[in-house]
Order: sequence, then structure tokens, then C-alpha cells
Amino acid sequence: MRFEPAGAEALLLVLAEQPDAQLPLRIALLAERMRAELGPLLRDLVPGWTSLLLHYDLTRIDHRKLIERLSPLLPRWLAEPLPAESGRRHQIPIWYAGADLAEVARLCRLSIEQVIELHSASEYRVGAIGFAPGFAYLGELPERLALARRSTPRTRVPAGSLAIAERQTAVYPQASPGGWHLLGLCPWRLFDVRREPPCPLLLGDRVRFVAVDEQTFRAEGGPL
Amino acid sequence: MSGLRVLKPGPQSLLQDGGRHGWQHLGVSPSGPLDLHAAAWANRLLDNPWGTPLLEIALGYLELQGELDTWLALTGAQVAATLDGAPLPPWSRFPLRAGQRLKLGYARSGQRAYLAVAGGFRVPPQLGSVSSQLREGLGGLRGTGEPLRAGDLLSCLAAQLPRAQSVPWPYQPDYRAAARLRVIGGGDAASCAPEQLQAFFAQTWQLSPQSDRMGARLLGEPLLAPTRQWSQGVGRGAIQLPPDGQPIILQADHQTMGGYPILGWLHPLDLARLAQCPPHHELHFSPVDIGEAQAELRKFYRFFGR
Repeated sequence: MRFEPAGAEALLLVLAEQPDAQLPLRIALLAERMRAELGPLLRDLVPGWTSLLLHYDLTRIDHRKLIERLSPLLPRWLAEPLPAESGRRHQIPIWYAGADLAEVARLCRLSIEQVIELHSASEYRVGAIGFAPGFAYLGELPERLALARRSTPRTRVPAGSLAIAERQTAVYPQASPGGWHLLGLCPWRLFDVRREPPCPLLLGDRVRFVAVDEQTFRAEGGPL
Repeated sequence: MSGLRVLKPGPQSLLQDGGRHGWQHLGVSPSGPLDLHAAAWANRLLDNPWGTPLLEIALGYLELQGELDTWLALTGAQVAATLDGAPLPPWSRFPLRAGQRLKLGYARSGQRAYLAVAGGFRVPPQLGSVSSQLREGLGGLRGTGEPLRAGDLLSCLAAQLPRAQSVPWPYQPDYRAAARLRVIGGGDAASCAPEQLQAFFAQTWQLSPQSDRMGARLLGEPLLAPTRQWSQGVGRGAIQLPPDGQPIILQADHQTMGGYPILGWLHPLDLARLAQCPPHHELHFSPVDIGEAQAELRKFYRFFGR
């Protein structure tokens, strides 16, 4: 574990060299403690896979004083037990009719039904949120569905697209460019500034995908 | 409400304020003006607080008509501004009466002009900010991040100020001069081969025309990138080195997380200078001590009341 200044107004706390299943929960807990401890000294706090980036207010504090203040507190925060049943549970409806479904089945040597079954049988954890507003990286995708990113990214992936890449899966909250394989569509808006919080999925939350038919997908609000 | 009517929007005129802070953990970019220096002066000329909503006008060509009497301030790129045909001095505040037309020409020096109004433009914020972020569909007049359109009304209040004022000339940058940009070390620089870092600082880079509000892309002799990192939070000014070896400097509309190795961070005040460079402008980099950069930045924030 180490602190590194990240430019004139941010400090990076690196917690591990490799991510593991428990790390997002630990980072979520640390983020909560740091917010409570530092209040307005922090302008933004960004959890990464193995790190936490603290954007601090340089008019009130700098990286040296921040390290001095956090160093004695960290051992206690790191020793706090993680609640076994942590993370809220979400069940997200998916109409598995994505543009790459057949291609994914072929590449994984599975039937389309098996791809759907494998993908919807697992419980995933939100490991990080980034790339775009509300884009939640979910892990860990079953090994049998692991594929490298598409060699040429699409210039436009439709909003609500459920996608996979390597050992991760995610729903694109907005239309955007993207290089992941598209398995289906989610009828829900996963980022909406009119809601509080704007993003229903938070770090450490648990997610299951439920296969629905086109009719249910449309009844639930799709396509976005 | 009354205000300023947009007659011609220009290629990309965006509402910006102090930025959308406090939402990066949900993937929301902070956005805000690309050139904090020129934007801060525009607001200061009108006694507006730091971060008051103003316009960032890329390349000029904006035309507005006043529907009330107020005061405006124009800073940043030299855009041959006229008020009912009479030329306006650069980096100055001036009165606008109802019916008068403000016309901006082509940016002859610099890339972005900043137009502030006394009291600021009145626009409902989204996630605490009016800053336009087209990629994320947030902010601006419509809450979609889109630039201004012809016919838009920029709401503001009538205002009366005592006299014209200009920014003292030593503070008006010459955007045509070579851009010498200072870099705070750190990040993955230590895992970079020393000759690669030397090559970064020794060579003359060019600003790529592919640059945008998200990132300034550099063109030059490609560097050898160290291995990719686990995605981590990234900030404004981070100098990323993607596998093609051409660095990208993150600007106001940066993504919140990234996995490319980081060579260092641009001095936050030099990001303002970078924002005014046209495509193919020559860029030189030199190292700066973090403490020195912080002291200078603190002074800047104190002066402008952030």
C-alpha cells in the first residue's frame, strides 16, 4: 500500500498490485470513511480496481498534509471487518437479442441458449464505475464466456446494451462508442440525473441478469 | 426572462461554469472551461464570483443581440469583436444596450474566447453545474450538453457597471508564442525507460488536429509505452501514453478512469495555454517541481477567489 501524488491537486492511494473479489468492498468502505473524515477537503474521490484517487481542494490542504492525516487512520479502516452480506442486490431484466450473441456463441463453442444461461446464472459484483456516467464494471464473468475485446470498436453502441469483454460484463447507460460484445438490451435507464442517486448501481453491489422476452422488455420501457 | 439572443452560434459555443465536481465516482466528467485563466478573467472583469456561468466560444463567429441593458466581458482568443460595427478592445468589459449586436470574427490568435455577462447566465444546473458535456449529454441550455443554436435565448439580468475596464496587458497572453509547458513528474514515469522520458522532454511535439475537449493529442516521434495499468482514477492534466506512443493530455472533459500509463501531469495553469494552441502548434515540455506548481496555483486561486 502506498500514496503517490497525482499532479498538483490529487493523491492516489494504491492498495494492491492486483485486484481481487474483496477489494471493491474494501475500497467502497475506505471511500465512505474518507468522505466522513475529510468532508469538503475532498472535491472528488474515484475508486479504481486497486486504488482510490482523491481529488483534494488545494486551497485547503495539500498531499503532504493529507498523507499525514490519513496514515494513522488507515490501519484501523483496513482492519474493519467487511460485512458478509454487503452490497445491495439488483435484478436487471435483459432481452438477450444483442447483435453479437450468435458470434459470441460461435467463438465460445456454445449454443445461444447456453450463452444466455451461463450469463444469467452468475451473480456479479460492481467492481468499478467509470468510462461513462453510470457505467458499472461487473465481475466476474464465467471463464467460458471470456473473450478479448472486438478488434475494431463500434462507433456507436445503443443505450441499454448489455455487453461482455474478458472477465467483465456491463450495461452501457448511454449510447457511446464501445469495443465490447453485445449480448442483449436492458430496458432500464441506469443513469438519470433526475433520480437520487442518479446511478442505481454502486460499488460493491450485487447484480443478477434475468432473461425476459421482447414483450416484457417493451413493457419495462425498452428500447431506451 | 430576457437576455441575449443568439443570431449565429459559431462552430462550438458552450456554456461552462466552475465544473461538475463531486460525481466522478459515478463516472461523470468534471468538465468546465478549457482555459481557466481566460475564463477567470472574464468573470473577474465583471466582479462575478469564480465559476459564474459563461460562454466558451471555439474559433469565434458568434453573433448575439442584446434584449436588455447589461455589461459583458470578453477574454481569451483574439476574435475581432465588434459592437454594432465598432471594434472592441481585447480582454475588456463593455456595456451592451438592448438591440445592440455583438459580432465575433475568426479567432486570429488563440482558439477559445470567453464571454461573461454581469451576474452570469441563468441556466438550471444538472448535478450542480451548467457545464456542457456533449459526450455525456449533460449541461448546457437544454440539459443535453449541446452547443448553442441560432435563436437560443441566454437568460441574464439587466446590470449597470460604472466604467469600462481591461485586464492589464502583462496578463494578456500572446497565444502565438511557442508553448512551453511544464510537467509535474510521477505516475508511471519511474517504470518508463529513462531515455524515453528524455525523448519526451527533448523533442518538439505538435498538437494533433484530432484533439478535443477530452484530450489534447500530441504528434511526434513515438515513445515506448510501459505496460498498461489496472484502470484507476485520472485527472485533468494527466499525460497518458497509449500503446501507439503518442501522448494524450487529459483536458476538462476527461474520462474519470483510465488504464494507460501516465508520464506526469501538466502544470494546471499551463493547461490554459495548451487550450489556446491551434492544430500543429509546436509544444515543448520541461519538468517543474510539484511544490512550485502548487504554490503558483494557490496564488492563482486566491487572486480569483476560488
